[in-house]
Amino acid sequence: MSVVEELEQGTELSDVVVRFAGDSGDGMQLTGNNFTEATAIYGNDLATFPDFPAEIRAPAGATFGVSAFQIYFGSEDVTTAGDDVDVLVVMNPAALITNVKDLVPGGVIIADADAFTAKNLARAGYKENPLEDGSLDAYRLISIDITKRVVDTVKPFGLSHKFAVRCKNMWTLGLTMWLFDRSRDAAIDGLRTKFASKPDIAEANVAAINAGHAYGETAELPSGVDVYRVPKAVVKPGLYRNTTGSEALAYGIIAGGQLANVPLLFASYPITPASSLLHTLSGQKHFEVLTFQAEDEIAAVCAAIGASFAGSLGVTSSSGPGISLKAEAISLACATELPLLIVNTQRGGPSTGLPTKTEQSDLNQAIFGRHADTTLPVIAACTSVDCFEVAIEAIRLATKYRTPVILLSDGYLANASEPWLLPDVSDLVPFPVEFETNPEGFRPANRDPETLARVWAKPGTPGLEHRIGGIEKDYVTGDISYDADNHQRMTDVRKAKIDNIANDIPQQTVALGNETGDLAVLGWGSTFGAIHQGVKRARLAGKDVAHIQIRHMWPMPSNLKELLSGYKRVLIPEMNTGQLVKIIRAEYLIDAQSMTKVSGQPYKIKEIEAGIAAQLESLK
Amino acid sequence: MNAPIKLTAKDYATDQEVRWCPGCGDYAILKAVQKLMPELGVKKENSVFVSGIGCSSRFPYYMNTYGFHTIHGRAPSFATGVKLANPELDVWVVTGDGDGLSIGGNHMVHALRRNVDLNILLFNNEIYGLTKGQYSPTSPVGTRSPSTPDGSVDLPLSPAVFAIGSGARFVARTIDTEMKHLTKVLISAHQHEGASFVEILQNCPVYNDGIFDSVKDKKQAADTQLVIEHGEPLLFGQDNQKGLRLNAQNLSFEIVTIGQDGVTEADIVVHDETNKVLAQMLAQLKGPDFPVPVGVIYQAPAPAYVNEVYSQRIAVRETKGKADLNALLRTGHTWTVE
Repeated sequence: MSVVEELEQGTELSDVVVRFAGDSGDGMQLTGNNFTEATAIYGNDLATFPDFPAEIRAPAGATFGVSAFQIYFGSEDVTTAGDDVDVLVVMNPAALITNVKDLVPGGVIIADADAFTAKNLARAGYKENPLEDGSLDAYRLISIDITKRVVDTVKPFGLSHKFAVRCKNMWTLGLTMWLFDRSRDAAIDGLRTKFASKPDIAEANVAAINAGHAYGETAELPSGVDVYRVPKAVVKPGLYRNTTGSEALAYGIIAGGQLANVPLLFASYPITPASSLLHTLSGQKHFEVLTFQAEDEIAAVCAAIGASFAGSLGVTSSSGPGISLKAEAISLACATELPLLIVNTQRGGPSTGLPTKTEQSDLNQAIFGRHADTTLPVIAACTSVDCFEVAIEAIRLATKYRTPVILLSDGYLANASEPWLLPDVSDLVPFPVEFETNPEGFRPANRDPETLARVWAKPGTPGLEHRIGGIEKDYVTGDISYDADNHQRMTDVRKAKIDNIANDIPQQTVALGNETGDLAVLGWGSTFGAIHQGVKRARLAGKDVAHIQIRHMWPMPSNLKELLSGYKRVLIPEMNTGQLVKIIRAEYLIDAQSMTKVSGQPYKIKEIEAGIAAQLESLK
Repeated sequence: MNAPIKLTAKDYATDQEVRWCPGCGDYAILKAVQKLMPELGVKKENSVFVSGIGCSSRFPYYMNTYGFHTIHGRAPSFATGVKLANPELDVWVVTGDGDGLSIGGNHMVHALRRNVDLNILLFNNEIYGLTKGQYSPTSPVGTRSPSTPDGSVDLPLSPAVFAIGSGARFVARTIDTEMKHLTKVLISAHQHEGASFVEILQNCPVYNDGIFDSVKDKKQAADTQLVIEHGEPLLFGQDNQKGLRLNAQNLSFEIVTIGQDGVTEADIVVHDETNKVLAQMLAQLKGPDFPVPVGVIYQAPAPAYVNEVYSQRIAVRETKGKADLNALLRTGHTWTVE
């Protein structure tokens, strides 16, 4: 989670939020990623939040086409992408009008004045040019003719006007790097590698970065704007990289397969924001990983189940609408008791909803969203880095208990990045699968008496030929059976197998605070960061508040009811209309309070603080 | 070591009571397949039968091999996963006209065009049996059924035409009760590398009895069946006196009689199973105007999907070298905090 151990003393600015915003073709994500890397090298703790539209190239200057990248960095532990923006970089009027409301009073605006043309102003909905009419007087405005400067800078490289203008994001990056005293080296190296076959473009971009940086050094800037120093965070020693949740999840899946000693078949159908998993894994063929882009969501999950039947671990991945399509097949995997991992990278819904925005509204679907009594384990990642461990845990449960497992991520975790203290995979504890090979007494219905897991006998094994399927099976022989008592017995054993997993997962602990008290804030998934900071601030203010974060959503840790009962009040913030809260109330008869947000944006720390304050007030 | 014991059809039968209706064409197909299996040179433990839902899809329960009775329409997808996970397995898909062409039409298209090395047996009885007799996507217009009491009005599709159109590289048609022909076609299908699609005309004695009688009836068959063989002329009728001639004017077949109007055998089209245009023309022929072709309609091998996947993996491994997860985690920019 947080990599910060202590604060470094004597700071000027403890933490800063910078947001880059422009057209979806302006290269804001690339700019943000470069700045992130420089910041990581500098030694700040950080978290990022890429926020982009569903349209790949929306019409230039349109407000709905604004693509933004936010980074929060500081000398303290950073667990969210930040609340209010301190520095806003805007490449056009649409980017300004859609983002300025998040800027703190006195915050810095860096704007490309050349993009504030009559046409762009009108398209964004400005009657007057805000760079000139005084409407931004509450902020420190740095209005620069960036486009013109960039075109002049890169003239020696002979680029066409179109390509020359594209360098303006690097000019802006250079200026922002000057503002925070970041090193340009990594970005420059990266450009030279990326454009190795097009040295003109590489050098033009490098020149743009340097020109932006030089502008900061020499230009007369508004009062209060100078190089800001954000001291290094004191973090655990070790080797680091930045990772998004998608990357960490992909690597976790590979690690899980290695620890289970089974090959993987990752079968998926493209869907935003889940596709990046397919992209990452399809490049790892040298591992025991095959990927299969199926014709649809149903074929993807079915191929994954077929692979599990044949002795691989089938993995499928989608977002809510695609998971709906997979539901029937997941129930078959429950009925045939085969291992399967299903990853749901949740997005705003229902239906197509907000494909590039985040939400946690598929918890009910994960736990209940199938026909008949098909209970299965559900597990949720809470940070980008956490995705690695959660994927391993999901594979452990799937292979040990021969059951489908649903892993919940979301659009925020998938795209947001944070520093990762890299694990040594040889330190991870293996959980190798044992396939049945002995024909003596073999029946496909045989179970492990302890875990209740059904035997896994893969095709190709002599003497173990057997049939499985969706029709109810005899408890003893595994042959098809329509017997009434047998169906009761089979339903009971399938449920008992999953319920029993509660005894094989860690006891619930408290992430921050005491094990009893006035208020527990119970979180799951990507709200972790905001809840953690909100609780931390409340505790610094002397409030008796604790943060509890659930990873195992189903079955839940066996001590959770007892733990929650130790607080006068339980508050559950969720990015849905209240799903976990109903489960907690139904399972434990605890009068948990709900707090919800479904704007497609992650929780802000101050929203959590306000929720905590309201609960504590009502306890008085 | 003793020489391996030769297996028989009995070794491929399970102890399960077969639950098809008396007189169902599925019995004949099951018997033929059980008898065929020991001849294929495949280890019993390497054979896998995958099915969807419907009468035909109960098939795996009666085969003493590995078997997976899955969900409606999706058998080709499960089978693709099985084959991807273990290319050594000999994977059969058993499906029907409803399972394979209605609810599962999309998966059938993609298993065929991807050319996954599966032996796909589609039992076509032109009706939904297990759900009690509704019309299917292969039922002729006017089929009266519980869901179409006044006769169906929508046009049917031809499985063989569908398969060729989907890009299948092996398409054949045979008949449930003609064990010799069925066996021969299944052997060819099995030998073919890549997806093999076999339409089996199958009688449903309860809901669609006698639908193929005109093709199967021994007395009429000579005139209603066109038994096709690669390299042989398209002849039929008693004493093979009738044949198909190409009308070049409108690019269609016409039935001619050898010896009449100066027609000789040289005028008759010779079957070339590698010719896709010819295959499409043959697949479309139907009664009562034309005889129904049975045999291998099209066979033109192409690289099989799973082989290609594994070849690509071998190539990647040669360039990337040994897989090392620690190294993968450390790719891209890393930094050390002291």
